[in-house]
Amino acid sequence: MDRRNFFKTSLGATVASAAALAAGGVQARPNLDPAPEAVGMLYDATLCVGCKACVSKCKEVNGMPPVPMGQDTHADFALDLSAKTRNVIKIHTEGKGAVKDAAADGFAFEKRSCMHCVDPGCVSVCPVSALTRHPMTGIVSYNKDACIGCRTCMTGCPYNVPQYDYDNPFGQIVKCEMCNQKGVERIDKGLMTGCAEACPTGATLFGSRGALLAEAKRRLALKPGETYAYPRGDVRKPDSFHEKAVPGYQKTVWGEKEAGGTNVMHLSAIPYDKLGMPPLGERSYASISEGVQSTLYSYLALPVVALGGLTWLVKRNTSGEKEGGAE
Amino acid sequence: MDKQSDFAIESSVDFTAVERRLGVSRRTFLKFCTGVAASFGLGTKAAYAMAQAIANPGRPPVIWLHGQECTGPTESLLRSEQPSFEHLILDLISLDYHQTLDAGAGHRVEEIKREAMKKHHGKYLLVIEGAIPLAQNGIFCKIGGQTMMDATKEAAEGAAAIVAFGSCASWGGVQSASPNPTGATGAPQFLQGKTVVTIPGCPPNPANFLGTVLYFVTYGKLPPIDEKGRPKWAYSRLIHENCYRRPHFDAGRFATQFGDDGHRQGWCLYKLGCKGPETYNNCPSLEYNNVGGGVWPIGVGHPCFGCSEQGTGFNKPMFSLAEVKTHTPPNAFPNIADRQNPTSSTVVAAAAVAGVAVGALLGATAAAGKKLDGTQAEAGKPGDKGA
Repeated sequence: MDRRNFFKTSLGATVASAAALAAGGVQARPNLDPAPEAVGMLYDATLCVGCKACVSKCKEVNGMPPVPMGQDTHADFALDLSAKTRNVIKIHTEGKGAVKDAAADGFAFEKRSCMHCVDPGCVSVCPVSALTRHPMTGIVSYNKDACIGCRTCMTGCPYNVPQYDYDNPFGQIVKCEMCNQKGVERIDKGLMTGCAEACPTGATLFGSRGALLAEAKRRLALKPGETYAYPRGDVRKPDSFHEKAVPGYQKTVWGEKEAGGTNVMHLSAIPYDKLGMPPLGERSYASISEGVQSTLYSYLALPVVALGGLTWLVKRNTSGEKEGGAE
Repeated sequence: MDKQSDFAIESSVDFTAVERRLGVSRRTFLKFCTGVAASFGLGTKAAYAMAQAIANPGRPPVIWLHGQECTGPTESLLRSEQPSFEHLILDLISLDYHQTLDAGAGHRVEEIKREAMKKHHGKYLLVIEGAIPLAQNGIFCKIGGQTMMDATKEAAEGAAAIVAFGSCASWGGVQSASPNPTGATGAPQFLQGKTVVTIPGCPPNPANFLGTVLYFVTYGKLPPIDEKGRPKWAYSRLIHENCYRRPHFDAGRFATQFGDDGHRQGWCLYKLGCKGPETYNNCPSLEYNNVGGGVWPIGVGHPCFGCSEQGTGFNKPMFSLAEVKTHTPPNAFPNIADRQNPTSSTVVAAAAVAGVAVGALLGATAAAGKKLDGTQAEAGKPGDKGA
């Protein structure tokens, strides 16, 4: 076999193997299942009165500084999640914005914090496993000692949750860790999250994912106008209930299936996209991207393809040299 | 404030006559007038004007009607703090007819009422206390054989001004709550087309009534009122806005049970069903009946139950959560689309820097490659020639 034929054969084999892999289908793995003892929260936007007690409590529990607005340093003016804010209450207004949870001329509150995805994108994209999903509780937590500051997690999150501390030369990622990070560990101590404990209306309800989902579905099954006793605190052992007329809910629980589901679920009376929720299918991004990547790298397929391509390039570029040599 | 004009006004008031008539010293009398004027946010001039109006023996006659109620407004008015308060209120106005306070009784008193209404037609002040039952032609409340409906209509005709005193008269009160078998109705809803000043509360704060009446006596007109007839100086703010437990609300510190740790420490009572966030009244700044020492419902540790607010008091369950009316736009909340940092631009800048770096690297590699080619070619040429 001369040199020319050797290259021809090897290139052909490379292309054939790559084609075979492609034909075999870029087999994506399925969505992950919820962690066996997944803890989560249910945020019911129709119960929220906008008192921001959860925001204050979050800052207190997690030792976060207030966000000043220009010269105003007397209060917290957080506009969104940031390196100083893990939880924030935002507003959606339409028209005159006078009636709560109304579609026309209405307004609605929305809580922004980590959704604790069942199949988290940030965990999937993190190259150094600084972000991890707890095998039992499903809490997505962050290890600053492992983090290399690449911020890929920020692009991997569909909810814009992980925030980088740009003002710090040794910057870190900041996100809600369900009050269970090292030094806080409220869940491990048998407490609930700070925001759920502070919430006076039960708009933020703590509990296991299963119990919360059941509670959410119970609410959706009620007729609007009916009186329902809303639990407060921990759904499994509420500290108290309060009675209120049931609003006209949207007919889905955000986080039951969206992008593989989330442990922090939302209920609302207005469409979720108006509350800033991204359009997501039921497949998790992590399952798709991991599927593609593991397929490409399995059996060292991608390196072989790359080697083949490079070889071909080198061969093409060096063919003139050969003629020159023959001159 | 022009001192000289104050003295001029003061000298025009016959204090000896006032002292004789009301049984209070000049000092106490002026203190009272200044206090009332101050509660309106008015200056000393207005205080003197009020003193002058009160000292004037030509007092406006008052017809006082009682409907469906517990006499709470009259009782609270009688228990106001100043020792001579009842003297003042009785002497400030000429109380021609009042079913609780009249010494006489029966048809004689009813006659006096009719005579007074005829004599002072178009000049008297009508105070309505209690709801008016409309069901079955108002047979559920009769005085001297006359239904409250007829009595109100008759008295309202010749009234210079109408004041509905208490929640019952203002919007129906406790008897107007569902199922309302007697069809209890407030005076403004019954007297359609007439201006009725309402002083809601169960019982109402006498200071709000006195202030409004003194304003009328002084200026001959009613103070500015809102769409529900409530004087703006007393009812323009939510209890929640002036409540001294508000910082606890903002910080998320709530009492969850009567007598728990938070309750003992004076935390916010919202979780216990406080209706302060949806009730308009001046209780936090005035407290109740000037008893002092924080004596008013929230002050003594009980959630506000919205006694003065139509649709809240007697209508919503005592421990149900209030609708927080302060937190409606345009209060300060970030919009859904708001971002904390202009991070997007930072990220773009970072990406640009990274792009430049990668580009430079690629360019340098390419250039180096070319150079390598050239040197090789040049190095090869002499060799070729040599060969």
